[in-house]
Amino acid sequence: MKLNKLILPLVLALVAMLATTGCKHGFSGKTTNLKNSNGGQVGNPEDFQTKPVKFDDGTGNGPGNEGSKKDQFGRTPLSTTLNPDIMDQNRSAFAANTVHFDYDSAVVKDKEQVNLAFVAQTLATDATGAVLIEGNCDERGTEEYNRTLGEHRAEALREALIKNGVSGDRIAVRSYGKDKPADPGHSEAAYAKNRRGEFVLLHPK
Amino acid sequence: MNTHIKKLFTLGLAALALTVSRAQEIDITHTGDGFGKKPVPISISGFSGEVLEVLKFDLYVQGFSFVSPEAAVYQVSGSNAGDVTGTLTLGKRAVFSRSYNGANVRRQAHALADDIAEAATGLKGIGKSKIAFKSQSAGGEGEIFVSDFDGHGAQPVTSDNAIVAKPAWMPGRMALYYTSYTKGNPDIFSHSLSSGQRRVIAAYPGLNTSASVSPDGTKVAMVLGKAGSPNIWVCDADGKNLKRITTGNEDSSPCWSPDGQWICFAAKISGRRRLAKVSAEGGAVIPFNTSGMASPSEPDWSPDGKWIAFTRLAGDFDICVMSADGRVPATVVAAGENPSWSPNSRTLVFNHSINHRQVLSVLDVFTKQYKDCARAAGSNSQPAWAK
Repeated sequence: MKLNKLILPLVLALVAMLATTGCKHGFSGKTTNLKNSNGGQVGNPEDFQTKPVKFDDGTGNGPGNEGSKKDQFGRTPLSTTLNPDIMDQNRSAFAANTVHFDYDSAVVKDKEQVNLAFVAQTLATDATGAVLIEGNCDERGTEEYNRTLGEHRAEALREALIKNGVSGDRIAVRSYGKDKPADPGHSEAAYAKNRRGEFVLLHPK
Repeated sequence: MNTHIKKLFTLGLAALALTVSRAQEIDITHTGDGFGKKPVPISISGFSGEVLEVLKFDLYVQGFSFVSPEAAVYQVSGSNAGDVTGTLTLGKRAVFSRSYNGANVRRQAHALADDIAEAATGLKGIGKSKIAFKSQSAGGEGEIFVSDFDGHGAQPVTSDNAIVAKPAWMPGRMALYYTSYTKGNPDIFSHSLSSGQRRVIAAYPGLNTSASVSPDGTKVAMVLGKAGSPNIWVCDADGKNLKRITTGNEDSSPCWSPDGQWICFAAKISGRRRLAKVSAEGGAVIPFNTSGMASPSEPDWSPDGKWIAFTRLAGDFDICVMSADGRVPATVVAAGENPSWSPNSRTLVFNHSINHRQVLSVLDVFTKQYKDCARAAGSNSQPAWAK
């Protein structure tokens, strides 16, 4: 890479620095009060409330607009009642049904229909079950670009499951962008594995 | 600011006034479309150790090159035996002579570098400014950090041990917005660095990310997936009064124009990756002409309103800059991604890859000179410059 030549001396300095400071440090610290180290640039104490604003947007995408109904843009708004983080998450049920995508694409390929059908059939015979779809990307593209692309992939799979008869209020989505690769490599083969949607079976705890 | 520095600063203003006309002749300010301007030759003598390092770092990334006193336009001499003192001359004319005390010599050196940069460019220096960024371990978990603009003094803001993303500053305050997967779902939090308190701003089903605070601090733009597609939404600073602004397939990375009227973002329009702007109230999406730069994303609008920096992906990542009015076409200024403007609209902080680990770097846009920041643990990316 062209950068490497220019910054080789800095890399060497950095290596020397890391050797003396260690790499592990830094992830265990508590929330740091920076008030006194700010040097007087900015900083007014704030009276933030601690009460979270959650699942309440006042936009009409409330309970009346859930399930599998499309909006005026042809999208099905996400369920506001299904929360995967308070449910039991079974990652093995659909481990063999991971769906893969082309580069920079959220188009669900025809050959993935068999995986979608399996997920749909499983849910059809599981009255309390629901599914979380996780969208992932390869490392090409910035982090936020990929977080959006991963969301689009998960939502495209959600629409495909709805077409397979699953109610939209049983499907949650989550994007990890490029932050959760299946293969940490940097080859085309690794990228192909990382452009994926994974299904997680959910049940009430 | 220390009162002693203040007094000296006031005295220095008189000297500064004398040099203004000459400084304009040198013209390293970005009045035209020139990227790749010549750096200003300066000589440095009398300093050592950390103080010399800070001076050279700060001046290099503010458009100076280091030469012998004979070849220099500006000469800075001084000492750091004890507190930092410095004298700046322009040829034979004294521009200022100041001493600095309080804080530590590192901060004193930043203050001297700022005074030199301001005397030569007319722009307020960047030496005392802060950045926030994300640091990630190989496993994907990370924390949000805050440090000096050169990466020194990094301190973790979060203790989530989770995927975190995209810190953004509340303008003029020690407060951040950022994304954390700490509860499982990617949610947006606001976090006061002075009180240590944080609260949930957006925790809707699906994606909640890429918070960007309006210049007046009253609104937050962000990407939400709740409508069934990742789109730009705007809410009040406390998360209330949420409103959908765009309806595309894949919208990402909103940022504000400095007048607060527009939101610039990355979109996929008719199958093509584009940068576009939309009124902060919603309405028509207006694409920018990014002159064939592949897959533009991560726009950041300069505080003076003139420039938009962004990332293109053409094999590797490149930082591009174009004028917001379309007159200066997009130009590659460095290899890297995720640019964020300094408060004075001249410098960018960004990240680039060294052996697949991300390192922060500071770039003087108009001379294209850059240097890597000191690194916190792990891979450092998504820097945001406090404004």
